[in-house]
Amino acid sequence: MALTKADMAEKLFQEVGLNKREAKEIVEAFFEEIRLALENGQSVKLSGFGNFDLRKKNQRPGRNPKTGEEIPISSRRVVTFRAGQKLKAKVEIYAGSREQQ
Amino acid sequence: MTKSELIEILAQKQSQLAYKDVELSVKMLIDQMAQALSTGERIEIRGFGSFSLHYRPPRVGRNPKTGEAVVLAGKYAPHFKPGKELRIRVNDGPENN
Repeated sequence: MALTKADMAEKLFQEVGLNKREAKEIVEAFFEEIRLALENGQSVKLSGFGNFDLRKKNQRPGRNPKTGEEIPISSRRVVTFRAGQKLKAKVEIYAGSREQQ
Repeated sequence: MTKSELIEILAQKQSQLAYKDVELSVKMLIDQMAQALSTGERIEIRGFGSFSLHYRPPRVGRNPKTGEAVVLAGKYAPHFKPGKELRIRVNDGPENN
């Protein structure tokens, strides 16, 4: 099962003692503020987790896979995520435990 | 924007909540996300994106000092796929020109 906003709100309700509405609102606001920063061209650095960076991609040639027709892929700005050292280390411990199985 | 700046902004906008509750909440959310990934669980946030692990197969690397070949074990690396809303908003944002 994947971790969702509902699970996250439940945890804040249980462990921080927020009421259910407050917990739901702060989870929503947490992701919304990250989106707003990125939308405004600002990268986001969450220590203990990772960085959300912005990259500008130039226009490049593409193709409609159905018709084979050539169409340019317009230049765009995209988000990339780079996991921090702490998260990478935690995830590698999981890899180690999987190898023993 | 850093974690502490995010806490400041949220505390200002969620004025009904005590600063320390906002601070604790943000730290707990980040911990919970890191914890999920470190146990191999995906994270799915509609309109934001999903986080999962991608497997990196074992490979032969080299010790850059000695040039000696070393076998590097396979490992998992965190991966983020932006959701549709985030993709569109980032591409259409005001700073994008």
